[in-house]
Amino acid sequence: MDLNLTPDEQKFRDELRSWLAANVPEPWPGHRRGEADAGYWDHLRDWQQKLFGGGWAGVSWPVEYGGRGASPIQQSIFLAEVARARAPEHFGVIGEGLVGPTIMAVGSEQQKQKFLPRILSGKDIWCQGYSEPNSGSDLASLSTRAIRDGEHFVVNGQKIWTSFAQIADWCLLLVRTDTSVAKHKGITCLLVDMKSPGVSTKPLRQMSGDSGFNEVFFTDVRVPIENQLGELNNGWRVGLVVLMNERANLGASVYVSFEETMRQLIEHCRTRKRNGRLLAEDPLVRQNIAQAHVELELFRLNTDRALSRSNAGETPGPEGSILKLYWSEMNQRLSQTAMEILGDTAQLSTFDNGNWAYRYLRSRGNTIEGGTSEIQRNILAERVLGMPKSY
Amino acid sequence: MYFDLSKPQKLLQQSVRDFCKREIPISRVRALMETDSAMDDSLWMEMAEQGWIGLHLDEQYGGLGLGPVELSVVAEELGRACVPGPWLSTNWAATLLASIGGPVASELLPGVFDGSMRITIAALEEQGSWSFDPAVMETRLSENGKKTVTEAVTVNVLNGRKYLVQHAQQADHLLCVAGVDDELCLLTIPVASDGLRITSTPGIDATRKVYQCDFSNVPIRRDQILARGDEARQALQQSQNVAMVAVCSEMLGILQWLLKTTVEYAKSRKQFDRVIGSFQVVQHMCADLLLLTESARSAVWNAAWALQENLDANRAVAVAKVYVSDAVRKAGNLAVQSHGGIGFTWEHDLHLYYKRAKADEYLFGDATFHRERLAEMILG
Repeated sequence: MDLNLTPDEQKFRDELRSWLAANVPEPWPGHRRGEADAGYWDHLRDWQQKLFGGGWAGVSWPVEYGGRGASPIQQSIFLAEVARARAPEHFGVIGEGLVGPTIMAVGSEQQKQKFLPRILSGKDIWCQGYSEPNSGSDLASLSTRAIRDGEHFVVNGQKIWTSFAQIADWCLLLVRTDTSVAKHKGITCLLVDMKSPGVSTKPLRQMSGDSGFNEVFFTDVRVPIENQLGELNNGWRVGLVVLMNERANLGASVYVSFEETMRQLIEHCRTRKRNGRLLAEDPLVRQNIAQAHVELELFRLNTDRALSRSNAGETPGPEGSILKLYWSEMNQRLSQTAMEILGDTAQLSTFDNGNWAYRYLRSRGNTIEGGTSEIQRNILAERVLGMPKSY
Repeated sequence: MYFDLSKPQKLLQQSVRDFCKREIPISRVRALMETDSAMDDSLWMEMAEQGWIGLHLDEQYGGLGLGPVELSVVAEELGRACVPGPWLSTNWAATLLASIGGPVASELLPGVFDGSMRITIAALEEQGSWSFDPAVMETRLSENGKKTVTEAVTVNVLNGRKYLVQHAQQADHLLCVAGVDDELCLLTIPVASDGLRITSTPGIDATRKVYQCDFSNVPIRRDQILARGDEARQALQQSQNVAMVAVCSEMLGILQWLLKTTVEYAKSRKQFDRVIGSFQVVQHMCADLLLLTESARSAVWNAAWALQENLDANRAVAVAKVYVSDAVRKAGNLAVQSHGGIGFTWEHDLHLYYKRAKADEYLFGDATFHRERLAEMILG
């Protein structure tokens, strides 16, 4: 057991730190995701290109595809350091983290050559068309149809909860290509140009007031057959690889944001008073702060253990569900702890720019997005504990 | 970063697991818990022979010279088998003695490690806490009523009462935490001393016996005072950190047992013509058991490693004690509920683990106690 970074990992971190110190731009003023204008998107695109120029795009991608061949631990160091340096949001996250690795795994040579370099350089921004209004947890029941017509598929249907759709160049889209077989066996994965005629997007406003997601409508959209990713009707498996990656990847960067939240909360406890007494002197506040600290530590440690496993060559498996389950529920408790400690003030948009109320509301989505907590528990029961399928 | 047991550590884990399976089946645990001592001399000597007493302590005293991670590995397996007796208290006492050092350590420890000398610690008081504030400590060392111990040879006396002393009746020596003036001191006291009365006070966990120790003018020679003041405080804190890693590891072993037993039961028990493990409510309880167990493992290994590396172990150990104490209680409740009626019976083994877990939850301070310690570190 050795929880220290190895010399190689330290070298990687130090090199990255000095590059970040010299290259991270000034934060975009007053930004909150979903409230963006064109200038903000350009800001993100510039950053992706800067990363690319510095050789820091696609750190975990194999060298043959232009990446850095970083280990899972190095990748998590990258995500954490970038977040600590308050670098801009990672615009290419879906392309780099999800689409690229899937194309590498199942794509044709032509697809690799066409798409991978443009993902790395930030020329193409990707979104991911999975959920539908009637297919949430039961994703395999999706009904967006693709019907073969000569050298094209013709796509009709609707997707929802699609991040970045309003500015994305491409979409990794799951469609139904066979309605006569079991639902998992009639799905195909397509790479769709978002500028194709018949694609339209509409922002989806959340309870937190912002629009981090979109609805995407496909009306007679023609997709060339060479943009089919993987085999026909094998899209469910192609899509699942991506979902596993999504669960395993999120840890490192969200940890840093929780750590920052905790730091701000502790600062308030040290300076704010209630009834003449510092919050930090209230025994209940002290219990709650310590509990939040413990839970955050456990998140860090669970993530590190999972990383250490994948570093040892074990592929990210259903255990990723433990991490997702843990952090999403933990973040809701942390948000509530903050509301409780800060009290009446925390609901005001004039206090800390409304961030406490915002993160409290936003955290409700954490246990739903990327697979609900109930689905995660099903996965753990069935695939880790070997219990019978329940639905 | 490598966050897993090494090969030799995994071998140690397997050998302890095999030993427990072979030598300490649950029937033997049940038989021992019905006795007055919950210990068996031959078993104790065998455990000593395996090197499991003081395995983390210096070879100069007869320990194995391994580290807190190895101690954690052994404790987890002993917890998983619910091994009765004084393994934990003996290791705590041995750690305390070793960290003070000196002639008493050299005299007692070799016998402790080979199983021939039994020691325990009398520390907790009914109106005190695991922070051992000397100002309010009832058990006090005094020089026939006067307030100094500096010159006296035989005239110091100890008065007061300790409780929840593990296996005091089976011990040859007590290490006692006492107040002297406004300081802590650590004493070694033969159980045969005049004025010492040991009374059995059966606790929730019958696999470990706890006693009340009353000290009434117990004579204390100067050479029985092992340490005082900061030295005593530091040695005590250090030994508690080690013992807390051990008790957290033991709770981790309990968690593993609860998870395995509950999942197996859910896969075999049928109601409504199907196994109850096919119902999502039951599955989700099992998934929560898995999450609690895996998270507890992360916390325990981190604390053991921090102790081994001499990092900020106070914090890592407190984090582990908070998380694991709460986790093992929640897991025990989930396990009983998932089992239904059978889980509530004396016949099922669940209650042995449930009660051990409940006692461990409080040992060295419960989650609330350690949250306040953490708050002190975070908020001042």
